[in-house]
Amino acid sequence: MSTTTREGVVRGRLGDSPPRPDGVPKVQGSFAFSGDLSADGFLWGATLRSPHPYARIVRIDVTPAWRIDGVAAIVTAQDVPGKVTYGLISSDQPVFASDVVRYVGEPIAAVAADHPETCRRALDAIVVEYEVLVPLTDPERAIDGSHPLIHPAGNVIRHQRIITGDQSLVGDVVVEGTYVLGMQDQAFLGLEAALALPDPGGAGVELFVATQWLHEDRAQIAACLDLAPDKVRLTLGGVGGAFGAREDISLQVHTCLLALRTGRPVRLAYSREESFLGHVHRHPATIWMRHHATDEGVIQRIEARMVFDGGAYASTSSAVLINAVTHAQGPYKCVNATVDGYAVRTNNLPCGAMRGFGVVQACFAHEGQMDKLAAACGLDPVEIRMLNAMETGDALITGQVIENVAPVAECIRQTAALPLPDAPVGGRDGDPMHLPGGAGLTADVSHIRRGIGWGVSIKNLMYSEGFDDHSTARCRLADGVASLKFATSEVGQGFVVLAPQIARSVLGVDDVLLEPIDTTIGSAGSTSASRQTWMSGGAVDGACRLVRERLFEHVGAAHDIVPVRLAIDGRDVIDTMGSFRISVADASAGQVFEETFEHHHRPTEDLDENGQGNCHTAFVFVAHRAVVDVDPELGLVKVVQIATAQDVGVALNPLSIMGQIEGGIAQGLGLAVMEEIVLTDGLVRNASFTDYLLPTMLDMPTVVATMIEIPDPMAPLGAKGVGEPPCISSTPAIVAAIRDAIGRDLSRVPVRPADICLP
Amino acid sequence: MSESQHYVLHVNGTLHEVGDAWIGESLLYVLRERLGLTGSKGACEQGECGSCSVLIDDELICSCLVLAASAIGQEVITIEGIAPVGSPTDVQQAFVDFGAVQCGFCTPGLIMAAHALLERTPEPTETEIREELSGNICRCTGYGRIIEAVQRVSVARAGRR
Repeated sequence: MSTTTREGVVRGRLGDSPPRPDGVPKVQGSFAFSGDLSADGFLWGATLRSPHPYARIVRIDVTPAWRIDGVAAIVTAQDVPGKVTYGLISSDQPVFASDVVRYVGEPIAAVAADHPETCRRALDAIVVEYEVLVPLTDPERAIDGSHPLIHPAGNVIRHQRIITGDQSLVGDVVVEGTYVLGMQDQAFLGLEAALALPDPGGAGVELFVATQWLHEDRAQIAACLDLAPDKVRLTLGGVGGAFGAREDISLQVHTCLLALRTGRPVRLAYSREESFLGHVHRHPATIWMRHHATDEGVIQRIEARMVFDGGAYASTSSAVLINAVTHAQGPYKCVNATVDGYAVRTNNLPCGAMRGFGVVQACFAHEGQMDKLAAACGLDPVEIRMLNAMETGDALITGQVIENVAPVAECIRQTAALPLPDAPVGGRDGDPMHLPGGAGLTADVSHIRRGIGWGVSIKNLMYSEGFDDHSTARCRLADGVASLKFATSEVGQGFVVLAPQIARSVLGVDDVLLEPIDTTIGSAGSTSASRQTWMSGGAVDGACRLVRERLFEHVGAAHDIVPVRLAIDGRDVIDTMGSFRISVADASAGQVFEETFEHHHRPTEDLDENGQGNCHTAFVFVAHRAVVDVDPELGLVKVVQIATAQDVGVALNPLSIMGQIEGGIAQGLGLAVMEEIVLTDGLVRNASFTDYLLPTMLDMPTVVATMIEIPDPMAPLGAKGVGEPPCISSTPAIVAAIRDAIGRDLSRVPVRPADICLP
Repeated sequence: MSESQHYVLHVNGTLHEVGDAWIGESLLYVLRERLGLTGSKGACEQGECGSCSVLIDDELICSCLVLAASAIGQEVITIEGIAPVGSPTDVQQAFVDFGAVQCGFCTPGLIMAAHALLERTPEPTETEIREELSGNICRCTGYGRIIEAVQRVSVARAGRR
């Protein structure tokens, strides 16, 4: 990975990797995250949560809490002035539970007080009497109807099948398997936090919050508070990572409600334990798949049944399910399919968006199948994937034709061409840190087995099924300085460095200012679905191009040149058919050009009852190869190397892309061998960083990466989103490598020591 | 709160009076909420993630695990005491230049840890970097660019010696 400026790339412009504008404040500790914000006279907020996964609330008595000095407000469901429920797709989640609690950690009340410790004592003092009910924790019982309804909207959130082609075809070769994925947490570092400032008289509220989507939050908050949307003003508080967990409402309504109730600023922040309970997670899933192929290994038909545990409330479960069923074939040609998918409601923790959004689960299954197919046909993992690799013009099992650049074979080829680790098992220096178990000195080099595995994936970009998730940006050019305004959530991905690169490239300026990220401009949509480079990048590009047109009109009129002849060259406006040249700074001196642009992706369709329809916007592809060392006696795994070639369209900022590749792979590694929220009868067993294991610097291997740059004509800047692919097929690649090392069929992630060493 | 205390902390070369404080407050809480030094971050509050790392008498410590009142008489250095605003250290600048910063929440703790590492071990091997910084969790970067940044600083400092 070179960080020097690439040939032909102008410093600070597209293709370069300039320093992020928030970089120095972040390394110096002066960048304000949402949890760092404060206001004069503020109160602390805190949330009372259910200890039971399923119970009827018999009685809530808050009066003992009022007796504690320093308590300023206590709010419950009866204090919610507007809509009493919220939700991203269906509004099925109560702001506060009033009659029934449906998961451990469900909010019941919130308090505001003078000190966090006062809040804690007040929460302890609130009396809630429960009638404990038998929780629904088995997704199959939600499907078969054997458990009473746990929510008026039913125990099945969505059922979707895909039926296409020959339903009775039986291949020469048939392989099947059942694949299980545990519940993964996004585990962003910056805990949920917000600061709400009430308007005088409670006429409105201002909220500083770490979120992925300011405008969607605003709509849900305003409805619950019974305020007009323009009375709820949101500004992005510094966001300490997101990965899907900030797409849903968590503390937003509670914080505003406490501020409006007290007439004082309120800060509300979650502890790590609350964070595990208080946001949605990656869906646990069980996926059965059967692949039919010719003797040569050509896939003829897939069958699948997918069950996604959505937990107590719907969140985005229905969209996650659609991503899973529509990506069941993976990046491989297939014309016959029988797929049945369920997203169900249980009394487990609610699940929703996490990086990869349903495709992580599908990919773990289809990649396990590809290796089984390879073995059955006498092919190696690369041969079976090359043989079936999807190309532009191929159709998904939904009937949707892939119109994007689809370099699946190239991803595989270039990954295979990357060098394998040059050091033997245990490294060259005999340092035990290179072995599974590391400093524990548990492994003997002679017992360690090395394995290599593959994973390849396809991922949709942007939202699907008819949703117009557009983005808005405004560009202003005055005296040679551009300023940009958008509501695009910066969660760490680096849109704040990319947007100025776009403006510099389009307008030929050096200085680009960024205005605050808030709701005083139109929506940017969510920072999710790998969509902001395409959508908000497209919006910034569009706004800058409109401003450039205005600049050219101005220059043309002043110098008697037809504007269409003008272009930007470096920092100048030039006449492409003459010798005229004027700097952008001089040309815009004393002038203000300001334009706003909305970028919309092309429309998509709903799926019909057979799962047919053009439901997605665009697709991206990636391949991963993992090398692991395994201690088969203790079941410990050391991931030694991940190689990857990723379809990026155009590398607008190579350093940012490398950050997404390495960071996404770390999360894929976590799901493969470490990360799982363990639930027993709906109770969470490991809601802390002591017990929920995250990859550290010692767990992450070297990543060798190639970016495949084939500009996508459908993308505004030729560039595809890059955030999700790294965490999709890295997981199955690692698991395949462990299988390769120990010769055992592993069908569940995370792979636990017992899965490796106990047959 | 009823159990209030008054004491003095020595932080970043300055004496800070802490008044009317509950004795149960952690050093992290007092730094952030009473002294306004919000650069130290709380992400796990049980010493697992390193986001709250500070130096106490030159020792790298998770400030979430220390009661503030127990740091009386000791010298505390936080991220704010590493360099003046706008004048980043070589380590800080390398984090920016080589892509070690994404969301930035873990960054102050990692900067503290990286400085401490390079003080102790000016030319660490990659394995030493990984081991010494493994107490700091980063969820965004996958660590590759952080390792690169630390290596760049080590090489640059060696070149100046």
